[in-house]
Amino acid sequence: MTTISECIRQTSSARARVEAAFEKAAAHEHYHALLSLTKERALERADAVDRGDITGRLAGVPFVVKDNFLAFGAPTTAASKMLENFTAPLQATAVERLEAEGAICIGKANLDAFAHGGSTENSAFGPTLNAVDTTKVAGGSSGGSAVVTALDIVSFALGTDTGGSIRQPASFNGVVGVKPTYGTVSRYGVVAMASSTDTIGCFAHTTADAALIMDIMAGQDERDMTTLPNFFAPTTNVTAGQKIGLIRESMSDDVDSEVRARMNEYVAKLRAAGHTIDEVDLPMLTHSLAMYYIIVPAEVSSNLARYDGIRYGYRAEGVQTLAELYGKTRDQGFVTENKRRIMIGSFVLSSGYFDAYYLQAQKARTLLINAYNELFKNYDVLLSPVSPTPAFGLGENTADPIKMYLADIMTVPPSLAGLPAISVPAGVTAAGLPVGVQLIGPRKSDAALLALAGSLEDQA
Amino acid sequence: MTVISRDDVQHLAQLSSLQLADDEVSNLVTDINDILGYIEQLGQLDTTGVDPTYQVTDLENIGRSDAVIDYGVSREQLLALAPAQQDNQVKVPKVL
Repeated sequence: MTTISECIRQTSSARARVEAAFEKAAAHEHYHALLSLTKERALERADAVDRGDITGRLAGVPFVVKDNFLAFGAPTTAASKMLENFTAPLQATAVERLEAEGAICIGKANLDAFAHGGSTENSAFGPTLNAVDTTKVAGGSSGGSAVVTALDIVSFALGTDTGGSIRQPASFNGVVGVKPTYGTVSRYGVVAMASSTDTIGCFAHTTADAALIMDIMAGQDERDMTTLPNFFAPTTNVTAGQKIGLIRESMSDDVDSEVRARMNEYVAKLRAAGHTIDEVDLPMLTHSLAMYYIIVPAEVSSNLARYDGIRYGYRAEGVQTLAELYGKTRDQGFVTENKRRIMIGSFVLSSGYFDAYYLQAQKARTLLINAYNELFKNYDVLLSPVSPTPAFGLGENTADPIKMYLADIMTVPPSLAGLPAISVPAGVTAAGLPVGVQLIGPRKSDAALLALAGSLEDQA
Repeated sequence: MTVISRDDVQHLAQLSSLQLADDEVSNLVTDINDILGYIEQLGQLDTTGVDPTYQVTDLENIGRSDAVIDYGVSREQLLALAPAQQDNQVKVPKVL
């Protein structure tokens, strides 16, 4: 594992670093973690770093972005046929901020098409394989970004997390994953999925690297009116004797026994470090997935209405009417999971069903937020597994959408409440599959969560 | 429990501007009924007197100065993204 500072120290020139990353990418092509490489632009930028024309905290450090970030040098496909040939005329604010510090984007990572999924099997271009066991899924939707980090092709990668899309693949591949407080990082230039829970975060080998990346990306952007004034201040100071709540509902018998065992070991480490851990109740956890799969499809159906085959993206051939142009373009351009979500969204928003589904879900969301607020009166941090199981087999859940959705049950509640949540490696199963622990804090406690996890990292 | 028929799925597809193939409709009838069967559990929750949450930032009425911002993107670049263009306009098939 190469951290950012090791990456800078190990190699004298940015060109050598970027070339090494491309070599590693080529050697690991069979994982199908990357959809495209930005060779020409990356090497140009590397040479500019070596000349001293580009400087910064990440000068010459290669990274990868999920292919739903608009970035120069390669198409932005969102792993869909709809955007297969879409070349972005602008870059996401997050990418711009990293480039302003000298980082070099070397490629675009695979994802579930339009970030709809939890395994990267919904990619229109084929699945990504797990970095540890190639018979298992990478997790998703940011599966490619997790795998390129885990394979050490790059020191860090960007992802998006709407309901677990960074945390779950981070846990499945054994890397650190950060889903920040809603509003921390601008989403300008990122393909929208569900606007009330979409967040931008990162994958890294250490919490310190993750904190550096979040520090660079965080802050207000007038091109995304939901961004918060910058509050993110990286720290290594850990408040002594924190009160930590282990969410009881996340440790039920339904959860894989080895996942629970790794959790209990992590709890023991926290205790040994002087923190207090109590079991706490969050009964709303069991309802969160139902809320999520009402609210998110509703927002998806709105956000994906823009793909009409007129202004950009795919357009179906041989159509006779306007309805046919839209209908065939969208049928051919979207994968099945996109269509499921769009149609569920249309259903829960349609007259006659709106109150019973959408409005009820938004009210339930208030109850969930209230429940978190109550817990945070007494606790600094909440703890749960990231996922009820380690990485599942390729093809194992594809026939059953509900089974696939259940893999998100631990990660969607913080998303609905806009809370920061991070996934940190907590050992492996007997079969060698990584297990992740999720640390959840009150809004804007992102840096404190990373510091707490960081204080246990050395003993890992 | 709400049960969605084949006709309902066709109607939802129409609302969603999706022209589905027949075998797709059959699969979606099953999937959508399964998903609705799962999410209906929320109906059991008592939400009397609870206000809905639509956003979680606590930000309100965020504005910016009413000035033109240069996004660094030209009209030509944007037009070039369209599947077809002609005379500085997006070209579409004749549909009327």
